[in-house]
Amino acid sequence: MIEFLTSEPVLAILRLVIYLVAILAFVGLNAAYLVLAERKGAGWFQRRPGPVEVGPWGILQPIADGLKLISKQTIVPPGTDGLLFRIAPAMVLAPALMCLVTIPFGDTVMGMPLVGRNIDVGLLMVFSFGSINVFAIMLGGWASRNKYAVISAARIVSQNVAYEIPMLLVVVTMMMITGTLNLQEVVTQQAGGFWNWNVFRGVWTMTNPLVPVTFVIFFICMLAETNRAPFDMAEAESELIAGAFTEYAGFSWGLFFMGEYANIVVGCSMATVLFLGGWQSPIGTVPASWGALGSLLGVGFFFAKMYALIFVVIWIRWTFPRTQFYGLLNLSWKILIPTSLFTLLLTGALLTIRSLL
Amino acid sequence: MSALKEIKYTGGGSIQAPPDETFILNLGPQHPAAHGVLRILMEMDGEWITRAEPVIGYIHRMHEKMGENRMYAKFLPNTSRIDYLAAMHYTQAFVGVVERAAKIEVPLRAEYIRVITGELQRISSHLVGWGAFVMDLGGFTPILYAFEDREKILDLFEHICGARLTYCYHRFGGVCNDVDDFFLSGTREFVPYMRERLKMYRKLVTGNIILRKRLEGIGIMDAEMCRRYGATGPVLRGAGVPYDVRRAEPYSIYSQFDFEIPCYPQGDSMARYLVRMDEMEQSLRIIEQALAKIPEGPILGKLPRVLKLPAGDYCYAVEAGRGRFMIRLVSDGKDSAYRLKLRTPCFSNLSPFEEASRGMILPDALALLGSLDLVIPDIDR
Repeated sequence: MIEFLTSEPVLAILRLVIYLVAILAFVGLNAAYLVLAERKGAGWFQRRPGPVEVGPWGILQPIADGLKLISKQTIVPPGTDGLLFRIAPAMVLAPALMCLVTIPFGDTVMGMPLVGRNIDVGLLMVFSFGSINVFAIMLGGWASRNKYAVISAARIVSQNVAYEIPMLLVVVTMMMITGTLNLQEVVTQQAGGFWNWNVFRGVWTMTNPLVPVTFVIFFICMLAETNRAPFDMAEAESELIAGAFTEYAGFSWGLFFMGEYANIVVGCSMATVLFLGGWQSPIGTVPASWGALGSLLGVGFFFAKMYALIFVVIWIRWTFPRTQFYGLLNLSWKILIPTSLFTLLLTGALLTIRSLL
Repeated sequence: MSALKEIKYTGGGSIQAPPDETFILNLGPQHPAAHGVLRILMEMDGEWITRAEPVIGYIHRMHEKMGENRMYAKFLPNTSRIDYLAAMHYTQAFVGVVERAAKIEVPLRAEYIRVITGELQRISSHLVGWGAFVMDLGGFTPILYAFEDREKILDLFEHICGARLTYCYHRFGGVCNDVDDFFLSGTREFVPYMRERLKMYRKLVTGNIILRKRLEGIGIMDAEMCRRYGATGPVLRGAGVPYDVRRAEPYSIYSQFDFEIPCYPQGDSMARYLVRMDEMEQSLRIIEQALAKIPEGPILGKLPRVLKLPAGDYCYAVEAGRGRFMIRLVSDGKDSAYRLKLRTPCFSNLSPFEEASRGMILPDALALLGSLDLVIPDIDR
């Protein structure tokens, strides 16, 4: 019996189940508490206290919000496409959950890497699932049969088409530098201090001196892909009321919200893994003799980096006005795509020269 | 798209049956960018506006008619409800027209107080306009900074007249309460404070590249268009016409002060934005001069026991926060007006919107709408 329970396939399934439950809880809590963080952050940027009423320091506010959303009726307005209208919110959240499965949170503990599925095409999987998100918002907007929602759906499609290209070009550049699609390996390569992180390493090893620029492009594209300010075209409330989500009420609207925050978490995790060394310590390497404690420390480093990036996302939202739609497309087609193509070619050339030498 | 087209639009606008490939977007009266209950029917081709028609009247309160059937003193509080963000200017205009008709002398101290409160009011009005405008562009933070500054002005106003929004501070022949040291020293402290803040806003908001891209060259309303529709205030000055009632037909004691009229020739949304920012600085200059020269003395002139205006036709215009506000009062010698006409700036400033927004895309049109700094009760009266 013990032998059966500790056999490899059972352990794999067990790990997967634990991971799925953990990820669901993680995404739910993150969505709830990132809303609080966002509102608190907004409060501080705007010289006011933010939510303070529910619980000490407003700490129970997300729970109150969640209860309110769950207890509300999900209204499907007459004239809408009922099926698509109901599917869309789930389709925003589910791909984000899938993405989180492949993201490595930490080093190996007792021989198991701290990742849901350590698959060799992790990078590819994250970006293929990540692009389903736009489809869901488009369906939601279209199914609503609301003119504001339809305009929003049209906007989000062209926005995501425009920003997927530079983002994937950047990812291909990083793939050429790291030489692998396995995210765990990508992180392992960046061990030994912050100068070994991809964002700096490319500069001094001369694989690609423009990696910091690539990182900025990735971050901008990530903001655009997750519809965050200043690129929140889909939800521009002073123009389109709530964009594609105008007709949604209750928890189906809440799912869109959760999906948005889950996508931010995925985006910031990917930035951390690809550029900022994932769970690697910024100074030196955590000695292997520390064992599980060292791994936990690594998880801490990962979250510290990820939440720092999320803070930047929040910071940007409450600082900048919204871009104009055509300016947004111009930024992508005229600046980001040529720049990322150039860095791609530069990396290719430098790597070829290195292999020839 | 066929499902969208089947919806019938009734009431209000003349836009009824859209041609092929276009649809009608009903913006308002409950829309975040409408700043109240303005409704705009837009004929759209995708996101491009082919025609936009403002539908007004949702908050029409018959102020003009009320002015005809109540005594002058009883109508006075009404004036601060027309444009609630520039209540001081509106009360001053009504008080002014009655004083002009009844030939009431206003003591000099009262005139200085009127200028100081009027310019403070202009700053607070422009602050709200600025914050709401940037909020229309998606920047949420500036409006809370603007309200923090405005709060200081409102505290001063509350101290002298008890109200924070709809002041009825002016009286025929003067003002109702004298200003004390709290108000004067508070205003003296406010001037340098506000200068610092304006410098900060210039750095943080005006110089922002996204803001400039969204405003420069967008929403052009040139001087000719402004003349045709009678647009005044920052809208006209943003089109390069240095018209300011304080200079063109000086009222109160404005002719004694040294100030400039900010004027930008571009006529785009950015020009209107910059005019407002510069005007706040000029207002601070006027306040500084008035504080230095304010004399001691009475604050209320001599008034007849029953206020009856001699029969005739009287006019009085002020430069309100949003442009030229004029009251035309026709009296037949009784204790209430025969006809009271309120010429409000927002109505005239909104009028060119239909022409100016043609061919724009929706976000730009809403930026243009924000740059007009509309107060809807002021349009509908």
